[in-house]
Amino acid sequence: MNQLQNFTKGLIKENPVFVLLLGMCPTLGVTTSAINGLGMGLATLCVLCLSNIIISLIKSIIPDKVRIPAFIVVIASLVTIVQMFMEAFVPSLYESLGLFIPLIVVNCIILGRAEAFASKNNIFSSFIDGLGMGLGFTLALTILGAIRELLGAYSIFGLKLIQTDGIIVFVLAPGAFLALGFIIAFINSIKKTA
Amino acid sequence: MAKIESSFKNMLLVLCIISVVAAVALAAVYGFTKAPIEQSRMQKQQDAIKMVLPPFDKIEEEKIPVDQESTESVFYKEMGADSITLFHAFKDGKEVGIAVETFTNKGFSGKITLMAGFTVEGNIHKVQVLTHAETPGLGTKMAESPFKDQFEGKDPQSYKLSVSKDGGDVDAITAATISSRAYCDAMQTAYKVAFKNKDTH
Repeated sequence: MNQLQNFTKGLIKENPVFVLLLGMCPTLGVTTSAINGLGMGLATLCVLCLSNIIISLIKSIIPDKVRIPAFIVVIASLVTIVQMFMEAFVPSLYESLGLFIPLIVVNCIILGRAEAFASKNNIFSSFIDGLGMGLGFTLALTILGAIRELLGAYSIFGLKLIQTDGIIVFVLAPGAFLALGFIIAFINSIKKTA
Repeated sequence: MAKIESSFKNMLLVLCIISVVAAVALAAVYGFTKAPIEQSRMQKQQDAIKMVLPPFDKIEEEKIPVDQESTESVFYKEMGADSITLFHAFKDGKEVGIAVETFTNKGFSGKITLMAGFTVEGNIHKVQVLTHAETPGLGTKMAESPFKDQFEGKDPQSYKLSVSKDGGDVDAITAATISSRAYCDAMQTAYKVAFKNKDTH
């Protein structure tokens, strides 16, 4: 597989949210607005790239039987580092994402890529894979967040379009499922005809 | 390079090394970000104080220890505060207002923290929501007009700080009565703490 395919597969063909359906907890939880989705996506992208690089780097010294705990320690440390940096330098974003930052640790997509890709491939491919998957995740979260914000609050990236209350259900949890369901249906129908 | 064999010694050694490296990295980042985090928290508090008080040129902090026998200090202690801090604001040597951080745990999703500003006479000046986890689009309106504006200039001695459903004078946010109630609850606490010598309803 060449590096370009490696990169683009995460964006559409194997999009973590819309196709692989991994990492649903932050997807449904934080995407109440486009900016939250974007912020969460970028934080995950950071962790994913770094964890893929580090795990690819140390894969040969990790005995098979303890690879999962080893991966988790690496990922948890990276998440905590990202969390501390966010709190220090982008406090407003840190506040709106709150609880979901530490939850990146248990995001399946990160452990999934570590197990399925980084532990079998070289450092550069792993980095590209992390970048592609992370961008795919960011894209998905931003789209979902934008749709929910648009319908739920009639605004986009915090810019109010209509000065009235939106369809509140879309900023609540059921709206997340509804919006996600329709997007996946839409993507599946495109994939079928293509 | 061949995989290392999964013997007990190898597993133990590798996990230990990874954990130690991770711990060192975390400690380094913690040390590096500690000052900026502290600073951004302080900045946030200062901004909130500025927002809720009339114009002032000097702030004096008064720390009240929470070992007193009042219900408020017990509550602050429960919420993890080691003291209640009153911010007295002065302009040209004259006291113009008091700000105090106040909490409630009656929010729809738990804890809400407010910065409440009062004039010296005991009227509410302005209020700023510091932290909350209320429902977006519903409870979050407590930080917006018109809900937050209705408190401005009111004297809690005559203005009953509870929602109209409970017989008070506050118009609750539609579909967010619990958040509105919690907000009132926090304001009552703030008033009692800031003016503990005055009688309240």
